[in-house]
Amino acid sequence: MWARLADEAPRFFTYYNGIFLLQAMGATLLLSLGGCLAGSFFGLLLVLLRKTKGALFLVPRALAWGFVEFFRRVPPLVVLLLAFFASNLVKMDVSLFLVALVALTFVATAFMAEIIRAGIEGVHPNQWDSAATMNFGYLRTMLTIILPQAWKIILPPAFSFFLLFVKDTAFASQLGTLELTYAGKVLTSRGFTAVLSYGSILVLYFALSYPLARFGAWLEDRLAPSGNH
Amino acid sequence: MPHLEITNLDAAYKSQPVLSGVSLSVEKGEVVSLIGPSGSGKSTLLRVLVGLLPPRKGTVVLDGTPVDYSDQRSLRALRDRCAIVFQQFNLFRNMDVLRNVTIAPVKIKKRDRREVEAEAEALLAKVGLGDKLRAYPSELSGGQQQRVAIARALALRPEILLLDEVTSALDPELVQEVLDIIRLLVGEGMTMLVVSHEMGFVREVSSRVALMSAGAIVEIGSPAQIFDAPKTERAKDFVAKILRAH
Repeated sequence: MWARLADEAPRFFTYYNGIFLLQAMGATLLLSLGGCLAGSFFGLLLVLLRKTKGALFLVPRALAWGFVEFFRRVPPLVVLLLAFFASNLVKMDVSLFLVALVALTFVATAFMAEIIRAGIEGVHPNQWDSAATMNFGYLRTMLTIILPQAWKIILPPAFSFFLLFVKDTAFASQLGTLELTYAGKVLTSRGFTAVLSYGSILVLYFALSYPLARFGAWLEDRLAPSGNH
Repeated sequence: MPHLEITNLDAAYKSQPVLSGVSLSVEKGEVVSLIGPSGSGKSTLLRVLVGLLPPRKGTVVLDGTPVDYSDQRSLRALRDRCAIVFQQFNLFRNMDVLRNVTIAPVKIKKRDRREVEAEAEALLAKVGLGDKLRAYPSELSGGQQQRVAIARALALRPEILLLDEVTSALDPELVQEVLDIIRLLVGEGMTMLVVSHEMGFVREVSSRVALMSAGAIVEIGSPAQIFDAPKTERAKDFVAKILRAH
């Protein structure tokens, strides 16, 4: 096997394959980053809706709950395929990349909503009591008192989700989105050995995830001194 | 006209009744203490008063204006005038001492920040924490946190101060420093409704003492009357128990 790899390597590690792989890596990066950021943002919005009280927000609260419960229970691949066929059905002229990004964001939103909700519920309820008796409204309490205390509870599970999510973006290859996993397929079908093709992809996935994991650890460390506040 | 008048108040946690038919009036400048065994509804009465637990029945009238607990505006107006200090201090743990005291006057009452900060610094100096402005709650002892909580309540310029077992969560050696602050406020004529297990203190500062049992006020009167000459069997029994304990 080594002889074959050594023979094939010069043909594999060319400028064009390099560009091709970098493009694919860029797509995976965008899908991951986009999904994580948009998922965190929309997840937070869903939580803000879900933690409301009173009849006025009953319907949005129920919808937020339904969204989270549904998309956490469906395999991401099914969500992607569904999004793909739905976009075909309505004859929307959008790129596969965008379809994949939207579908993955749905999944990330549902998971992040649960992670953020758990963090918010980890803050002592007496913080709500004193805010209420001082006439703080719901949003102000959330943004100035609860979330600043919740986010160090949220960070660790959020980053372990982000790391899983980078790998979940591989499902986008099933739609034919050119990202890392799809690039691996393309290279093998061009006749390169799977060990080289998927081996390179493996290294590139690692190159994406590792800095993310380090960044998460750094953030947690930075929060540690204020951990007892 | 009483400053605060509570009539026939009923409240329940889920289906468990916790207050039944509580009536009490507080005059301006009075210190009314609520005593009684654990679970008798003393703290619950304060929570109902500030709208943390909606009453089932009864009325609360503040300076002649009835409070409608289902109406946000009415509730806000009430909370604007009544401040509460909790047993567990409930300081905002993500903010330093000064910000804990100033945030509500600045952000909610929209007062001038510099003026509020000067006032907060004076209040914190008054409770003996003038050197802890930048400390976080986790860096303070329980007694210090409770003194911050009292300063925070005072910064709201309340007309009535509700104190909910403010020394119960403190180590014994820290109790006095908090009681001293309250004595100071009593001396300044602050109207207060106090829930406390510190019987000596209650006897010393109260204008009137109300004994609660099973969600109701069973006897109310001057400290001398309640502690030395209780009329009801329930009060006699309670006083005998605390005397035995001391």
